[in-house]
Parts: sequence; C-alpha cells; structure tokens
Amino acid sequence: MVASPSGERAADNPTRRGTALRLIAGNRQTVVGLCALGAFAVVALLAPVIAPTPVNTQFSNSFAAPAAAHPLGLDGGGFDVLSRLIHGAQTSLLVGLIAALVGMLIGGTVGFVAGYFGGRTDGVLMRITDYFLVIPDIPLMIVAAAVFGQSLTNIMIVIGLVYWASTARLIRAQVMSVRQRTFVKRVEAMGASPFFVLTRHVVPQVTPLLLANTVLMVANAIFAETYISFLGLGDPSVVSWGRMIQDALDQGAVVAGAWWVVLPPGLAVTLVVLAATVAGQGMEDTLNPRLKVGHLAVRRFRVRPLHGALERPRAIHGALERP
Amino acid sequence: MTPALSRIWFALVTVFVAATINFFLFRVMPGNAVSALRCRACTPQLREALLKRYGLDESLPEQFVRYLGQLARGDLGISLSSGRPVWQEITGPLLNTLPMLIAGTLIALVLGVISGVVSSWRRGTALDSASQWTSLAFYAMPTQWIGLLVLFYVAAAVGLPAAGIQSASLGVLSEPSMWDLLSDRTAHLILPALTLGLGSYGQYAIIMRSAMLDTLGEDYILTARAKGLRDRDILRYHAFGNAMLPMVTMVALSAGTIVAGAIVVEDVFSYPGIGFAAVDAIGKRDYPVLQGIFLLLTVAVIVANLIADLIYVRIDPRIRDGRVAVG
Repeated sequence: MVASPSGERAADNPTRRGTALRLIAGNRQTVVGLCALGAFAVVALLAPVIAPTPVNTQFSNSFAAPAAAHPLGLDGGGFDVLSRLIHGAQTSLLVGLIAALVGMLIGGTVGFVAGYFGGRTDGVLMRITDYFLVIPDIPLMIVAAAVFGQSLTNIMIVIGLVYWASTARLIRAQVMSVRQRTFVKRVEAMGASPFFVLTRHVVPQVTPLLLANTVLMVANAIFAETYISFLGLGDPSVVSWGRMIQDALDQGAVVAGAWWVVLPPGLAVTLVVLAATVAGQGMEDTLNPRLKVGHLAVRRFRVRPLHGALERPRAIHGALERP
Repeated sequence: MTPALSRIWFALVTVFVAATINFFLFRVMPGNAVSALRCRACTPQLREALLKRYGLDESLPEQFVRYLGQLARGDLGISLSSGRPVWQEITGPLLNTLPMLIAGTLIALVLGVISGVVSSWRRGTALDSASQWTSLAFYAMPTQWIGLLVLFYVAAAVGLPAAGIQSASLGVLSEPSMWDLLSDRTAHLILPALTLGLGSYGQYAIIMRSAMLDTLGEDYILTARAKGLRDRDILRYHAFGNAMLPMVTMVALSAGTIVAGAIVVEDVFSYPGIGFAAVDAIGKRDYPVLQGIFLLLTVAVIVANLIADLIYVRIDPRIRDGRVAVG
C-alpha cells in the first residue's frame, strides 16, 4: 500500500487516453483486489469442470468430516461442501455482477442527466435520490424480494433497483465537476457541440469512476444476496453462498460441530467482498481525489480543508453503504 | 426555512415516499393481494368479501388515500395469519429489539472508536495495519456468519445463553424478581449484541481513523504541540472531540445497516425481536406484517438521521454560532 501523491495530481488532468488505466495499474491495492476477484471469477466460470461432484449429488453420510474423497466434507444434507462452494461462487458472483450493472445503469443515467442538465432537472432528481439514500436498503430489498417471488432474476433486479442512489450522487458530482473545469469551458467557448463535449470530455472522465463504483457495488450486491438467501427468500433451485450459510444454521452444523460446513461459505463471501472493496476503493482513490474525509481509504493521510470536514459526508454513504 | 425545519420537512417527505413505495409494492404483486393470500379455493363470494375487507374493490387512488389516512391514525392493517392488527403484532418484538439494537450500536461504537484512535495515533506501524485489516475483515463479513461463528466458538466457551430472550425455566416455580428477570434478559442479550457490534464496528473504525488523521493534521494540533502539551493531552482535549463529529453522522447513516444486521442476528439467535417477526412473516407470506415492519424500520432510520442532523448542528459550535453554513 504505497501512496501515490503524484498519481492523485495527474488524475485531475487526464488529458491523454489511457491515463486512468495506467493510474489504476499503478495502485498495488487495486491490482491485488482485482486479481483476487479475477481468481474467483475463473473458479465460477470453470465450476462445472473443477467441482468434484455435480450440484445435486447427495451422499448418505451427512456431516462427514473432510477426507480424501470430500476435501471439505459433507454438509447436513449430504452434499459435498467443496462442490457447493464452487457452484455457489457462480451464483453469488453472477448476482453481484448483474445487480451492480442494473444499479450502475440506473444510477449512472440519473447522475448523468442531473449533472449534465443541472437546474430544475438536477433539483428534482437529487431530491428523489436523497429520499432513496435514507430509506434502509436491506429491509426494502427483503420486502421487494418477498413480494416479487423467489427467482434469481428477480433478486438481481431487486438488488440493482435498490442500489442506485449513491451511484447517482457520485456520478452527478463528477459530471458537474468535469463540466466546470477550465479546459472544458474553453472547448465549449470555442463552439464545440454538446455531443463533442459529452463524448470527448465528460464520458471519458466519468467512466473510470463509474467502473470503480461498480466494483464496490458488486461487493454490496453479493452481501445483499447473502441476506436475502439467509432469510429464506433466495432462489430454491440454485446454490449460493448465502444459502449455504442459511443451510449451516438450519441443518444444525453448529450442534454437529461441523466447522467444515460453517466456515467455507462465510470465508468465501468475506474474501470476495474484501477484494472488491479494496479494489473499488483503490480505484476510487486514484480517480477521485476530491473524495472527502474518511471513506474506506486505508492508506490515505492528507490534510484537507476545514470546510470539507464540515460537510455532511455524502460520499461516505456511497462508499460505505452496506447491507 | 431554518436548517432544522428543513431537515424535519425532509424527514416527513421521506416517510411519505417510503409509505408510497410500501403501498405500490403491495399492489404490483402478480394478481392482487387476495391471490397472494393463496386463496385458490375461494368461492366468488368469499373473494368478494376478502376484497372488500382489504379495501381492494376500490380504485387505486382511492385505496392510496385510504391507506395514507390509516397510516396517519397509526393503523398498519391486519395480519393475514393471526387476524390481529399489525401494530399489536409488532409492538412486542419491537420492544425486545430496541435494547439489543442499542447495545449492539454501543459495542460497535466503542470498538470502532478505540480501534480508530489507536490506528491513527500509531499511524504506519504494524499495530495500525493490524487494526485496519481487522476492521476491514469484519466489515466484509456477513453479520449472520459472524453470528454462526459466535455460536460455534464463543457461546459454549463462555457459557452464555445462545437462543431466545429469557430462560424457559424462569418464572416456572415462582414469579421471578425484577432483578432475576433483568439479569437473565441481559445474559441473553450479550451474544446477539456482540455479534451485531462486531458486524458493524468496521465502518466506524475506518471513519474514526480518517477523522482522527484529518484532525491531527490541523494547525491547532501543531499549536498544541508547540505549546509543549503531552501527546496524551493533545489526543484527549484537542483531537478526540473534533474527530467524533463525523461519527455522529456516521452512526445515523449506518442505522439502516445496523437494523439490517439486527434482522439476521435475531434469526441466528432466535431472539424474538422485530427481525425474527419479519422472518416469521416471510415464512407465512404475511405481507401486511412485513410491510408494517418495513415501514417501522424505515421511520426509525429516518428519525435516527434527523436526530443526527439536529445534534450535529447543536454540538458543532462552528455551525451553531452560524460561522459556517451547514450543507
């Protein structure tokens, strides 16, 4: 975790293409997080190939301890834990990704429109966003998931629909700040069309931040999925990490003393969320030097202007919001 | 409008928005509420009667107005499973949840502040990174899984009750004394509250560290140091108070998170609170109860935010005396 003050300065003025990418690659925290996420993604993609047994292969001895045949033992239903873990990766990552994309699409659009058009449009959209920021997201998701029914598609949509507000705020702020920068104003004064300004200046500067935010959202969405599944609202036909945690409790793994059932799913969620959080924060740190006091930036220490510290830290909300 | 009034207005409108979401979620279900009752064997007459009972025979705007009117009178509807008013169904659980929620938040706050202060004071040391990574790890763990771990590794070892809200044997032979009841309930509270605290302290620790580092970078800290104050006094009298300011906002912002954590914690520890009631309602597909709980939790979170906003204005002299405009 090496701070890169020069990188932060460069991010303010990324006039050359690819600067953002190079900055991201220069942040060790981000690279480690992204690599870990990549490893999980590979496992998820190869699930049918590398899992020792197919998803629904049931053995007779429930809670069998880890052995050569079953490296992580069997759970209370007689399923191979390692296989479930690998297949669960598929579900959890898919939910995380799609839900984050849905949230990004809605939040990004709202933020873009509000930031670009400003004025009354901005006022109305941000008011709505503020309401959604305050309404507790997990309870809302639970109610929505209960109402819409237990299918994976519904769960992904519900999570995405709830998690757009903080993205919208972030993107709006970035769009507004890009439009106010001197070089953009100059280009506008020189008679550049709105389309040109949008495609050449606004979009390239906002996209990396949107990507960073998506990575953070993946973590949030995976988290949300574990809650929804844990409360028995998950898709009963697929295995996910959230459901494995629920099964561990319901099948009495604690009483059976089966640590091999209790530990793996939670560890997997923790690692993925940690990787996504670290990567997302690292990217956001590099790309958005204006983020105010105290989000999850692990390594940062910088003296900031007093007025920054006094603001109601909205940015924190977006970065930290967690089920 | 003064800042305080505009905050209150904002909170009221947010409650209205939540109520609206609540109303329409209930109505967009495939079919309508009656089919959601799983009333497949209903005769047309019974269907008619049910529609009338739940007011579903009116037009949508009429229903909405009536719903808002009921809410304004504190009427949350009737439970589908018990037939009792939702309000009655959820008051008991709510009262059970509150102590757990408060204890959990306090544990989280204490852990977070200590961890954050230590981290910032020993900045860059092994202790700092250890405390940061621990905070991050707990932040990344699903709360229900922490609960499982506590059940698995802690509950038996410390001999604390791991399920329910009070011992079944209590009050069987004789009426328990107030003290017995209190200590028994407290014993049942510890593990759930600890789980909730562990699950939520990470974000506080990280915010606290940043806020402390920000404060320690201020000029007046340099002045204090130049005056020759001891490190401990600088920390206690000059840095700590200011660094706690963002925490006030943080606690409010995380109210939603903590409430969500409480729901799963109660499920793990069979603690008969609002989350347990929610899980029960989900199992029975008792939508009115579920919606009532959602609305109640939402109002609680909104109120927490409002209080934080108002407190923030009060405790920061720079804002209170109007030297800085509040954002």
